[in-house]
Amino acid sequence: MTSTTRLVTRLLLLVAVMFGFGFALVPLYDVMCQAFGINGKTAGQYQGTQQVDDSRTVRVQFLATNAEGMAWTFEPLQAEVRVHPGASHEVRFVARNPTDRPMTAQAVPSVAPARAAAWFHKTECFCFTQQVLQPGEQIEMPVRFIVDRDLPRDVHHLTLGYTLFDITGRQPQDG
Amino acid sequence: MTDMSDAVIDHGHAVHDHHGPAKGLMRWVLTTNHKDIGTLYLWFSFCAFLLGGSMAMVIRAELFQPGLQIVQPEFFNQMTTMHGLIMVFGAVMPAFVGLANWMIPLMIGAPDMALPRMNNFSFWLLPAAFGLLVSTLFMEGGGPNFGWTFYAPLSTTYAPESVTFFIFAIHLMGISSIMGAINVIATVLNLRAPGMTLMKMPLFVWTWLITAFLLIAVMPVLAGVVTMMLMDIHFGTSFFSAAGGGDPVLFQHVFWFFGHPEVYIMILPAFGAISAIIPAFSRKPLFGYTSMVYATGAIAFLSFLVWSHHMFTVGIPLTGELFFMYATMLIAVPTGVKVFNWVSTMWQGSLTFEAPMLFAVAFVILFTIGGFSGLMLAIAPADFQYHDTYFVVAHFHYVLVPGAIFGIFASAYYWLPKWTGHMYDETLARLHFWLSFVGMNLAFFPMHFLGLAGMPRRIPDYNLMFANFNLVSSIGAFLFGATQLLFLFIVIKCIRGGRPAPAKPWDGAEGLEWSVPSPAPYHTFQVPPEVK
Repeated sequence: MTSTTRLVTRLLLLVAVMFGFGFALVPLYDVMCQAFGINGKTAGQYQGTQQVDDSRTVRVQFLATNAEGMAWTFEPLQAEVRVHPGASHEVRFVARNPTDRPMTAQAVPSVAPARAAAWFHKTECFCFTQQVLQPGEQIEMPVRFIVDRDLPRDVHHLTLGYTLFDITGRQPQDG
Repeated sequence: MTDMSDAVIDHGHAVHDHHGPAKGLMRWVLTTNHKDIGTLYLWFSFCAFLLGGSMAMVIRAELFQPGLQIVQPEFFNQMTTMHGLIMVFGAVMPAFVGLANWMIPLMIGAPDMALPRMNNFSFWLLPAAFGLLVSTLFMEGGGPNFGWTFYAPLSTTYAPESVTFFIFAIHLMGISSIMGAINVIATVLNLRAPGMTLMKMPLFVWTWLITAFLLIAVMPVLAGVVTMMLMDIHFGTSFFSAAGGGDPVLFQHVFWFFGHPEVYIMILPAFGAISAIIPAFSRKPLFGYTSMVYATGAIAFLSFLVWSHHMFTVGIPLTGELFFMYATMLIAVPTGVKVFNWVSTMWQGSLTFEAPMLFAVAFVILFTIGGFSGLMLAIAPADFQYHDTYFVVAHFHYVLVPGAIFGIFASAYYWLPKWTGHMYDETLARLHFWLSFVGMNLAFFPMHFLGLAGMPRRIPDYNLMFANFNLVSSIGAFLFGATQLLFLFIVIKCIRGGRPAPAKPWDGAEGLEWSVPSPAPYHTFQVPPEVK
């Protein structure tokens, strides 16, 4: 092997590694977002329980938004609740499929302010699964959450928003 | 290659036959000669420059006055997108690859590039890539209209049908750039003449070596991001679609991980050329050679750590904003070292202002202005005001037009005597400089004010309050655009004739390229020169 062949082989290897690195950024990005609560992304299911902190109250508001082209009606039953950090709460969202065909939907959550997302735990959420509704069917969907005791003290107000996407006909995929 | 046998000269130690170029069109299709390929790259780049430039003329004509006069908004968006793509990937990058092909072997005493056949292939991929890209303009639904940064979901969910052709065009030009970069690295690391140590290499070779590593590091990431787009559009994945668990913001991170080093890919070779030209016309050696090399390396390294300054407004945490803000400002330090060295080289030199020097001095001054507006944009809290306004347009045109493009003009005038064997017309070249200088500043300086006053980028129509500055800007752009036809005339005139150029037409110039006759023979340094 001449020195040029050896060098070119190494450089091509570097090209392949960097192509892979581009794709590695995808899971890396998700891990970073969840670890640091960046971008309002919430983590998956929370298993723990916490002691209730009666000394303060946090306002939690709920938003429901349809992504473009989504025909369902989708709204929270309560616009907001006041909770003590550490306590578990359940609220319900209601969705209805007004079309004449069965549809599948996926809700994607987001917390504002984004930096508080790391302290917002969902112990149960309809966003963990896909929702299938027959024509005209209506469903009440629960979400249970705990606002962490360690939520920064200057955060008094949180918003939990869901965007509902129509994923009928889409293969379940990892992105 | 039929007519070469009569030119065979036996040097005794030369392995190859010494022959001239083949005749006819196939010379250019089949050539593996670094000078031929350099010429092809330079002409290709100039054609792309005129094409991208005429798109800029459409943009400026529409913005000449408020209201919609000439084109529809849909077509306007295609023009801004294609202007950016063609100028970045078709004009600036191939021009530097052309300069590298021509000059690197001559500067390091190599007979040719290390991988001549791959060199031919990497050039001929470009017409294919740009043929694909430009053909989208004639397709149903039009060409790419999502800006040269092609943010998802604009470029996925809401893209015209032709986006697939755009993706393959990017793939092809990426492969071409990567092969070009591999060739440069192999040439520089393996083919230097005896005695040409790394720290004796001309800075143009150094900056290109570093640029080539940047290309190898980030062009695959660009290929990755367009591949993800392709999969989202056609294969049902959800990299950038929240519905399937993806995130459009991810697109911006991956894109700018490529995109920020890319802006240095477009400027570092110009730094190298300017570092040859300023000493030549100051008749002094370059001040601070070693610090120039390390500063280039530092800029290249830092370019990987600052990408999020393009996306301060997407909602990144405060610590992130601070990190990217300070890291960005840190780049001003090595860049400042370079500007300081150029000015110190001129200090107390015996300066003359031939066309290459005029472009080089304008480069130093105007690139620094562009650098300062970059520092303003780097201030995260201020960026919320400047983001996506004409201030950004002013900033990057100040670093790319009097930066990259003036660097290319300066290089072209500096080395034209070596390429053609004739001196170019100095009077016309100075006219070219002054018209370009005035036109470019008239076109881009008012954009700072427009941006600070709140005019957004990428719009075909605007508020009446922006009318006057846009008028000035359009007049400047027309002047700058028309002036480039003068450049074409000067180059053709220089190729066809003119005062014969000596081997070293600039008395202060340094380097091995001036030790061969002008025009440079078809084959040079078949016997490696001795470097002291």
